Amino acid sequence: MPTLPPAARSRVALGLTAAAALGRFELQQCRDCGMVQYPPRESCQRCLSVRLSWTRQDDKGELLAATVLHHSNDLFFRERLPWRLGLVKLACGPTVVAHLHADAPPAPAKLRVAVRLDRAGLAVLVGLPDKENVNMADDRQLREFTCDPKHRKVLVTDGKSAVGQALVKALAAAGAELIWVGHAEPWKRLPGFDELQKLPQVTAVPLDVTDSKNVRELAAEIGAKVDILVSNAELHRTHGIASRQGVETARAEMDVNYFGLLRLAQEFGPPMRARGADGVASAVAWVNLLSIYALANFPPHGTFSASKAAAQSLAQCLRAEMRPAGVRVVNVFPGPIDDEWNQLLPPPKLAPAALATATVGALREGVEDLYPGDVAQEWLERWRDNPKALERELSS
Amino acid sequence: MSALAGFTQALSAGKIRVVDLTQTLSPEFPHISLPPEMGQAWPFRIEEVSRYDERGPAWYWNNFSCGEHTGTHFDAPVHWISGKDLPQNATDSIPPERFIGPASVLNCSEEAKKDADFLLSVDWIKGWEKKHGRIPPRAWVLMRTDWSRRSHDPVAYQNYDETGQHTPGPDVDAVKFLVEERDILGFGTESIGTDAGQAQHLRPPYPCHYFMHGAGRYGLQCLANLDQLPPTGAVVIAAPLKIRNGSGSPLRAIALVEAPLHP
Amino acid sequence: MRQPYHGVVLAAPVTVPYVRYSIRSAHWWLARAFSSLLEKSKLKKEEIDGLTVSSFTLAPDTAIGFTQHIGLSPRWLDHVPLGGASGVVALRRAARAVQAGDAEIVACLAGDTNHVDSFRLTLANFSQFARDAVYPYGAGGPNASFAFLTAHYMQRYGAKREDFGKLCVAQRANALKYSHALFKKPLTLDEYLNARPIAEPLHLFDCVMPCAGAEAFLVLSEEKARTIGLPYVRLLGTIEWHNAFSSDPVQLRAGWALDREELYTQAGRSPNEMHFVQVYDDYPVITLMQLEDLGFCGKGEGPAFVREHRFTWDGDFPLNTSGGQLSAGQAGAAGGFLGMVEAIRQLTGEAPGRQVPDAKIGLVSGFGMINYDRGLGSGAAILSSDE
Repeated sequence: MPTLPPAARSRVALGLTAAAALGRFELQQCRDCGMVQYPPRESCQRCLSVRLSWTRQDDKGELLAATVLHHSNDLFFRERLPWRLGLVKLACGPTVVAHLHADAPPAPAKLRVAVRLDRAGLAVLVGLPDKENVNMADDRQLREFTCDPKHRKVLVTDGKSAVGQALVKALAAAGAELIWVGHAEPWKRLPGFDELQKLPQVTAVPLDVTDSKNVRELAAEIGAKVDILVSNAELHRTHGIASRQGVETARAEMDVNYFGLLRLAQEFGPPMRARGADGVASAVAWVNLLSIYALANFPPHGTFSASKAAAQSLAQCLRAEMRPAGVRVVNVFPGPIDDEWNQLLPPPKLAPAALATATVGALREGVEDLYPGDVAQEWLERWRDNPKALERELSS
Repeated sequence: MSALAGFTQALSAGKIRVVDLTQTLSPEFPHISLPPEMGQAWPFRIEEVSRYDERGPAWYWNNFSCGEHTGTHFDAPVHWISGKDLPQNATDSIPPERFIGPASVLNCSEEAKKDADFLLSVDWIKGWEKKHGRIPPRAWVLMRTDWSRRSHDPVAYQNYDETGQHTPGPDVDAVKFLVEERDILGFGTESIGTDAGQAQHLRPPYPCHYFMHGAGRYGLQCLANLDQLPPTGAVVIAAPLKIRNGSGSPLRAIALVEAPLHP
Repeated sequence: MRQPYHGVVLAAPVTVPYVRYSIRSAHWWLARAFSSLLEKSKLKKEEIDGLTVSSFTLAPDTAIGFTQHIGLSPRWLDHVPLGGASGVVALRRAARAVQAGDAEIVACLAGDTNHVDSFRLTLANFSQFARDAVYPYGAGGPNASFAFLTAHYMQRYGAKREDFGKLCVAQRANALKYSHALFKKPLTLDEYLNARPIAEPLHLFDCVMPCAGAEAFLVLSEEKARTIGLPYVRLLGTIEWHNAFSSDPVQLRAGWALDREELYTQAGRSPNEMHFVQVYDDYPVITLMQLEDLGFCGKGEGPAFVREHRFTWDGDFPLNTSGGQLSAGQAGAAGGFLGMVEAIRQLTGEAPGRQVPDAKIGLVSGFGMINYDRGLGSGAAILSSDE
């Protein structure tokens, strides 16, 4: 097993991890006196109130001091020395210890602080240069917190669907070295797929996630080389319970959306775990294309929603199994995608290209729960605010 | 010697040979795919239960799943709307003597090679009968197209384009002729469908299903090795699984032929 | 004005010799310290009716568990888990207990073991803030926090590595005269400057060496000390302050800056009357911070002060005369007692080879508990052998 950074955190400190999972820079703020505090506490350090919330903060700060570690008692960091750290006074108040990007100038200096999930899947703060530059993502330390597809080998389980093709193009543009593009039902020809295979990074591989033998054989062939697996094969039909007699359609959705994930996880999980946190050429991420309907059932697509909810739960199981290996499981929850299955839904809908861009962004930023697009974001806020109210709203 | 004793003796002496007319059931075998708004038949899938391991130390077995119409399979009359009310129309109610019958093998392989949408016509059948004699009653009529040789390539086997599947089959009049004038037992093909791939455009659509099953006759699909059968004289044994009210089932279809092998 | 410490004395300074690694538990080291106290003072166990314990590796036990371990039945007990501030704080607690009559003779103990992995384990569980906001960043200890402090101090006040090096070299010279110091070889400024980096700008000789060991002393009334014939030193004044200046973005000062006037007023002395100073030296920058905050020079004048003085036991400003932790070793919480025990020895003529001439009065400073990004605890005491 690979080494991981220290993983112990108090429960209150996990609030930072929850924010990092969504890619948000949030700190504890007292609802009574407004004090922003860090490290996280159980009460306000100024007025003792326990009404504390995690709220978005200004990410600007001043680098007070920097150091480079040449020694560490911790095995993960010992393997990665030298390592740059900084002490930053945030504009919103607290002084924080942060990992420091190589391009952040020496102290004193202005910089930005971001929150990222580290290889153990827990939040850490990272000091970044004030101005973004093109090669920032290549920073050796920053790459430890992200799942940047650049220079990596990726498997996209369904490269034939519109979303799949968009993902493949976006990954190629992001600098992926090699993209295996899975496709099922070879007699079904979809426009654009032939063109896609002309990309130099692309290798088409037959993959039907309902076929255990197929999955097993593909994993035997390429599993030991996959750095990022994008599980986007899905079956989407538009039925609730009463609108379709028999369990066949629902069963087919489960076989692809849920059991497909299980088959992939059983066969590709072990080789990826064996190469997690493994230095430059390591397995880093597993992306699941779920749906915002996994959070709260959308009754007109009721059985599809249920299959995505099942997949989400299984993805959490996978996340727990991949964490010790330092492989991040990224769940993507788009709202309705602009495709044939959401034709009857009014806009706004998410274009496949936008979904692909957001997914690649999530890999670059190390975000673990992605809610791309306006509908997904709004749905998430409603669900977090009051899930029962959302349930009623969706059933009317 | 009794007829059966003579039969088994001929078998062991090699005077009667057994030809396997069945494709291997595997997940790779092409399966029918209807438009998404329809219910779908399952492709063949197989999941290992144990293989001399912690799940079962001394044994190996699998669970498999498929539709009634997956792989080489038998169609019962209840499969089609035209046969739904007939007596003895399901796999469990068809009298078992119907599972054995003589076969007339119509070699359309040249025509099928030139035209994937080749339709077998009454004239073609009559032409065949001039050479090989009248099709006897209660016989299987098997349309040999050598399509089974494409089975390793799912794209070629189903032969889809934007207008759908392109595979050979009988035309409307041929089906009616075989049912009404020749009283056949059933119709068999090497492709997916006893009807041609473009049979939705015939009137009525899918005439082989419509008229055969409407007359209480049967179908066989995805057959193989028809090229090893003589035009006449083979005996086909095709017994589907006894599924309660089954519309069909995958089966082991075999043919008995008298040696030597017909060239 | 706080109540003075009339009639309270310290006696019987003992050290259980330090070793780099020990398979014994902290209980062993503390028990050895306690029995050393009895040996030196010729008291019987039953005559000790008060106890303080300071230790990191005694966990899961605290002072109370230790009483049963050594078979002691004290009527006054305190657990003082304040790291480098433990010596001063244990003294303060014990002194008030003796003054109030709550205890007659208090044994103040500090000790820790050091297994091969105990340093790492201690750090991992050091504090919630360290676990949540420091440890994940990889230093595996306070090195990064003090690197920041040192870098900031250097940038702000113009201190150079040579200034820190001068202190380390002087302390090493002092340590060579102290038989229990783990470092036995002299240190030159060149060696200090060229040593390998640990966490820039800290290099090898800026960091203490964790080890196993124990220190202890007795606190009792002057009357009692006379009765049993123990050499003693008087307590003239003490201060303590915790989590001071919490809104300073980075630590440049600590609690002494708030109450040092009170210390000197209580003692009736001024800084330049100290014959020696024992400061808590986990990193050289903290020595400079103490010299400033305790009034030996102004804030930011530390570098100039260092350049102007000589800090060996025979110099014009004797500092950490047994070598400090940087040269003696840091035996966990015993590092917070090192200065106190050396101060008692200097004032009772028990520091052979390094005796500060005519030493009659000395200051001991304690600092400790790097909870997150700064030391939280501070304290100081002025001891005297004057009548």
